[in-house]
Amino acid sequence: MAMIKKDVVIIGGGPAGLSAAVELKKQGINDIVIVEREKQLGGILRQCIHDGFGLTRFKQTLSGPEYSQRFIDQVEELKIECITDTTVIDITSEKKVIAASKNGLLEYQAKAIVLTMGCRERTRGAISIPGTRPAGVYTAGVAQAYINLYNTMVGKEVVILGSGDIGMIMARRMTLEGAKVKAVFEILPYPSGLPRNIEQCLNDYDIPLYLSHTVTNIKGRSRLEGVTVSEVDAQLRPISGTEKEYACDTLILSVGLIPENELSLACDVELDQRTKGAIVDENYQTTTDGVFAAGNVLHVHDLVDFVSLEAEALARSVISYIKTGKLDKCDIAITTDANISHTIPQKISGFKDCKLSLRVRKPMKNCEINIMQNGKMLKQVKFKKAIPAEMIQIKLDKAELQAVGELKVVVR
Amino acid sequence: MRKEYTCIICPNGCGMEAEIEGVRVIDIAGAGCPKGQEYVEQELTDPQRNIATSVLVENGILPLVSVRLTKPVPKARIFDVIQAVKQIKVVAPVKIEQVVIENILGLGSDVIATKNVSAK
Repeated sequence: MAMIKKDVVIIGGGPAGLSAAVELKKQGINDIVIVEREKQLGGILRQCIHDGFGLTRFKQTLSGPEYSQRFIDQVEELKIECITDTTVIDITSEKKVIAASKNGLLEYQAKAIVLTMGCRERTRGAISIPGTRPAGVYTAGVAQAYINLYNTMVGKEVVILGSGDIGMIMARRMTLEGAKVKAVFEILPYPSGLPRNIEQCLNDYDIPLYLSHTVTNIKGRSRLEGVTVSEVDAQLRPISGTEKEYACDTLILSVGLIPENELSLACDVELDQRTKGAIVDENYQTTTDGVFAAGNVLHVHDLVDFVSLEAEALARSVISYIKTGKLDKCDIAITTDANISHTIPQKISGFKDCKLSLRVRKPMKNCEINIMQNGKMLKQVKFKKAIPAEMIQIKLDKAELQAVGELKVVVR
Repeated sequence: MRKEYTCIICPNGCGMEAEIEGVRVIDIAGAGCPKGQEYVEQELTDPQRNIATSVLVENGILPLVSVRLTKPVPKARIFDVIQAVKQIKVVAPVKIEQVVIENILGLGSDVIATKNVSAK
């Protein structure tokens, strides 16, 4: 197996990988390759045929395939090397990449590696729903692939567990395809998806959304016949006596996404237990030197526009890394209070402008996010409302930052 | 009459409260931009939606091509539009932005492909 030398190997040809590649090439880094597992580029956007993508990035509303095609066209114009139908099976902390292709194994030695593998859906097993194991239980993304890519309808009478955006979008999609979507159940006391999707995917089609409810039993032998739904208490425990039966042949799960980090772990990247993605600094560099991460493999986004912007910022850091061989040390840690779930990045240098991405843990009204260092208020940002479904981004100017002293992010 | 709305124009999804008289908005609170009031006025007179679905492809490397409308259509006509789109087939190659059905059901909106599908 011949070793192929590359400046940058990009793992995954979804929106993050494509954006990173285009930015790298435009800024003069020519020796790069995108390695993609599927036959086509585009990642999950290939199956997201609904519109609403691109409002921030392109100032117009596009479908997922159109959004990704804009980047694929640039990849082609810029003659960026892409290897599809090829799965990366190992990465080392010395920045070797091993991939399995139809023509056998490929081995790359990279100066920098860009991790853009995206995320995976939580499954029935991950949330331990009791009951039998019939056909007809799908994650929302799998149902979306069957319907939008393979022309296969998944069922007729549908119950959805979880109010994530993909679940709500699939509620509308299946209704348009003639299925009866009986209800969406959410275990939390507030929805996990965006308000506009509750409006245009559920309310438009009179699909009820029940908060503080979950599925407590799955019934049926070969095919799903029905589910039991129970109300839950403040600790999210099912309340005995509240059980209701729903006859259905399909249960769709939209119960969260988890960054896909098998490969990151292989090259010793340290993960953040809160985001389940890598710990990164302001350059999107992980704890492994020369290995960078952006997009849903780093933290789950609600809008692809922010994935592209993040991957482009990553690309600019990769360029300085390749040109100078190192980046500023980032020793300033960022801590949060209990009402903020996490921040990306988790550490900064204090010498560079940066952007914090974060989420609140519970819905809040008329709140204020404060960023402090050494007892000094750096930034106060007011919000009329803040919800866990919406990522918040706050820019920090290097002029405001001091070279030492951790940053504290609090909400009140 | 006071009524609550969630704007669907952009992902901000502003929660709005509008004071309504007939089909007129007298006062509005919570809208992050002027599109909020336009949306409420449209909802009061003629609610419109854009929709996405797929069309069968013959001789393509994929069985389906995704499509959307160039302009929103009246909400009450969504299922008619879906039915009309279901009746047709296209032959590969299909190019992104190719018009698949012109002026669907006379509603002034075209159905366009949102994906490239090459021939087998």
